Amino acid sequence: MDNVLAFGAASSQAGRVDALFVMIAVIGGFFFFLTQGLLIYFAVKYRRRVPGRDNDTPAITGNPVLEFLWILIPSLVVVVIFYYGWRVYTDQRIPAAGATEVYVNARSWMYEIRYPDGRTAINEIRVPAGKPVKFILSASDVLHGFYLPDFRVKMDMIPGRVTTLWVQPERPGSYQIFCTVYCGTGHSNMLAQLIVMPEREYAEWVEHGGPERREGEEREPLAVRGERIVKNAGCLNCHAVDGKEKIGPNFRGLFGSKVPLEGGKSVAADEEYLRESIVDPGAKVVKGYPNVMPTYKASMPPDDVRAAVEYLKTLK
Amino acid sequence: MSGHSGEHADPAVAFESAKLGVWTFLATEVLLFGALFTAYTVFRMKYPELFRAEHAKLDRVLGAVNTVVLITSSLMVVFGVDAIKRGKARLFEACFGATILLAAVFLCIKYLEYTAKFHHGIYPRTNLFFSIYFMLTGLHGIHVLLGMGLLSYVIILSRRGRFSASYYTPAEMSGLYWHFVDLVWIYLFPLLYLIG
Amino acid sequence: MEGVGRMEAEGNGRGYLAERGWRSWAFTLDHKRIGAMYLWTTIFFFLAGGLFAMLLRLELLSPQARYFSNHAYNVFFTLHGAMMIFLFIIPAIPSGLGNFFIPLHIGARDVAFPRLNLASYWVFAAGFLVIIGSLVAPMDTGWTFYTPYSAKSAAAVTTLSLGIFLIGMSSILTGLNFIVTIHKLRAPGMTWHRLPLFIWGMYSTSIIQVIATPVVGVTFLLLAAERILGVGFFDPAKGGDPVLFQHFFWFYSHPVVYVMILPAMGIVSEVIPVFSRKPIFGYKAIAYSSVAIALGGFLVWGHHMFTSGMSPLANTIFSLMTFFVAVPTAVKVFNWTATLYRGSITFEAPMLYALTFIFLFIVGGLTGPFLGALATNVQLHDTYFVVAHFHYTMMGGTVMGFFAGLHYWFPKMTGKMLNEKVARAAWALIFVGFNVTFFTMFIVGVRGMPRRYAEYLPKFQVENVISTIGSAVLAAGILVMCWNFLHGLRKGAPAPANPWRALSLEWRAASPPETENFHEIPHVTDWPYGYGTPKA
Repeated sequence: MDNVLAFGAASSQAGRVDALFVMIAVIGGFFFFLTQGLLIYFAVKYRRRVPGRDNDTPAITGNPVLEFLWILIPSLVVVVIFYYGWRVYTDQRIPAAGATEVYVNARSWMYEIRYPDGRTAINEIRVPAGKPVKFILSASDVLHGFYLPDFRVKMDMIPGRVTTLWVQPERPGSYQIFCTVYCGTGHSNMLAQLIVMPEREYAEWVEHGGPERREGEEREPLAVRGERIVKNAGCLNCHAVDGKEKIGPNFRGLFGSKVPLEGGKSVAADEEYLRESIVDPGAKVVKGYPNVMPTYKASMPPDDVRAAVEYLKTLK
Repeated sequence: MSGHSGEHADPAVAFESAKLGVWTFLATEVLLFGALFTAYTVFRMKYPELFRAEHAKLDRVLGAVNTVVLITSSLMVVFGVDAIKRGKARLFEACFGATILLAAVFLCIKYLEYTAKFHHGIYPRTNLFFSIYFMLTGLHGIHVLLGMGLLSYVIILSRRGRFSASYYTPAEMSGLYWHFVDLVWIYLFPLLYLIG
Repeated sequence: MEGVGRMEAEGNGRGYLAERGWRSWAFTLDHKRIGAMYLWTTIFFFLAGGLFAMLLRLELLSPQARYFSNHAYNVFFTLHGAMMIFLFIIPAIPSGLGNFFIPLHIGARDVAFPRLNLASYWVFAAGFLVIIGSLVAPMDTGWTFYTPYSAKSAAAVTTLSLGIFLIGMSSILTGLNFIVTIHKLRAPGMTWHRLPLFIWGMYSTSIIQVIATPVVGVTFLLLAAERILGVGFFDPAKGGDPVLFQHFFWFYSHPVVYVMILPAMGIVSEVIPVFSRKPIFGYKAIAYSSVAIALGGFLVWGHHMFTSGMSPLANTIFSLMTFFVAVPTAVKVFNWTATLYRGSITFEAPMLYALTFIFLFIVGGLTGPFLGALATNVQLHDTYFVVAHFHYTMMGGTVMGFFAGLHYWFPKMTGKMLNEKVARAAWALIFVGFNVTFFTMFIVGVRGMPRRYAEYLPKFQVENVISTIGSAVLAAGILVMCWNFLHGLRKGAPAPANPWRALSLEWRAASPPETENFHEIPHVTDWPYGYGTPKA
């Protein structure tokens, strides 16, 4: 069963939204059965019995009391629903004290994360369980969205403006982030993860830079690290390794090939070409492909770029 | 074409219909310009300094002259409609002709203003104030041009002897449109040229 | 009172269809011919938009791109939305059935400005030709064209903006024509409270069209200006605000959903009494609620933008207003149901579709509160829940109402009867197919699947496959229905003037009506819902 559907999936805030949802569903369900029931019941009960001859039908044109009641009661019901919707929403918008702030900037088609201590990441946000976190959202180019279905929250990311969203994750786990404002070809591939870690693990990660760095894995082969980076940095949203091409060229066989460029020249896809394509993708656009790749210059440290290139070299 | 001349049997109904039609049309025009005035308000509130600084670059004298020109043209419309109500078709044509001439003067002055701006390197894309200025006065200018066409057509109808003291509906209706075009300018002028 | 007044000749002469030749159509001033041209055109775009929908559903069978690239998918959903909204659902009932029947309903020979009416059609045609022209560089912005993406897009956004501007102009002129017609051309004795409820619906619709459409005209003008002249109203780099576009856009596009639904509700208000042999319950409530919905609909546009960074205060006001506007709509549902009470109900195709409208619109309407309530909106906005909600209200509502009207008025417009058995078979396919297609979308939306996704997470596949199967059934039903219309046009049995024994004025005219509608303008002495036995 989909974890997202669990009541109050990832936080007590989500629980309150779910309670509201259930309340609306119950009220809606009541009116559904009432109205559809009467509709079907009347349609069946008052069908013409004798073909070609109408039943006797009284010329009832209205009933003031009934009409007044069925204006009054729905009006009251909607006010109640409005009130609870407003109540839960307002609480949702006021961040709890002591929230960590994480900056999330959307750029077609990835999320650039920056932590208060200066660390950066792409498409992956790590936070400790049990503490509130405030996301400070922005966008570089067009509108994007930041949607955490498990937390029942979303907020648009607007170029030239800052918007905020806060959550208090209770349960450790990995939660989906979706982009919800159409932003171009890569919109449906613009995915990220919110990784909620138990407090101790989180503290260790802050100290040592990540669980994958522990246990002697500091000497992991560059290409293995590169493969991980390529997966997490969103490269695969636009570049397939094999098979049906997405937006950019496939990776397999790229290194060492001769690449035709826009404008007629061609270039050998060596380490330098691959490095440049990551940090300055518009410099040498491959012929026939759109110039839409975002730059990783600000978000991918040189070591990571090197690792990614090493990985690409293994894809023969 | 079958039995339909597009004219209604009862002239009173036709006149009432035309009046309601034109007023409804003017309501749509209010919303058209209203949306742009809303944009003006939004950006004025957001960038008061910009608006104060930039609006000074507009030529108030030319703007004021244009205001007088348009108000006079509306006056000519009033005289013209009054004339045709009294059956004086030639006088009516002269008045509406004067209106068209004044409208042409208005457009010439606007042309001078626009080219002066371009000469100084000020275009719609220069900043938000001038974006609004050009869009608002541009849309208004298009309405002035269309109005000139409309009034010309009405004069032609009159020259063909269509109007009299008992029938002058197109004259009155196009006059209404012209007053509206004038009214929009009466709002535009202070908002763009005068308010600091 | 069962008498239907003096009937026109029952002769199945060609009536308004008599004159032949393309010029008699292209330059016609007859509201019935203009209405018929709109009907053919809008139904064509319904089918074209539906074709794009089928391509979408085909691609959505698999979580990853399979038959089409993601870019192609994105173009398809943009075209599906834009065609369905601008070229089908907004004009179909008002400009199609409205043009045909408003003069007949009020006892007039034509609309107030027949030449303007013809001009409206040709402006509409110019609009759709320009829109088709923009397909050389098709858009993938979604039908909502949000900036900055639409301002920066390499696609033919400017051309499309011009096309939509023209379509809007056509709407405005039609709305203006109808307002004046309803005010000034009613037959003697046709007081406001003797008007058929279709007219109240059309009147309210016309008010919205006249007030709201200019704003969307300016919106697209500004978008074009942004692209051509480099103005920066919506460009943050120039000090503009991308969200301002959304305000302008939704100021029109929310009221426009009432342009879509009010005429369909009008049709339902006509059909239910006829096929229950009972007066409509609560005539004044239905009439006034139409006007209330039209006016109130202008106050709620922000509910499309709760997550766009608007202030909590603005969000609160829009949410409250949204709930208030829901009440007049609910009232109509109660009134229609009460009309059935102690009726004598038969289930010919018009009635099947009218009852279906109520059933599906209730589902769409009851899923509205989830979206009107702030906290749940934040969860469900931009997910498939919204897609399901608006398909239930717009297709389950308006389109079913449109089908009801087409079946109800087919004999009057064409002088032929439809095959009832085939009509019911088509209805059954449509009903089942529709629910299977769209109900699954509520589920997958609550589970978090965002809309406008060419590729999706594998966990959403089951619902998507079910939905696609449903869409095939729905498409089959629509094709059968269309076949039935074509067959009826050529080989339908001759229709009497009043096959449904209805009391509104259009049934006094012949089937099909003569060009001048009535030999003599009727003198109206009663409302058109005098069915049943009055209390002694």
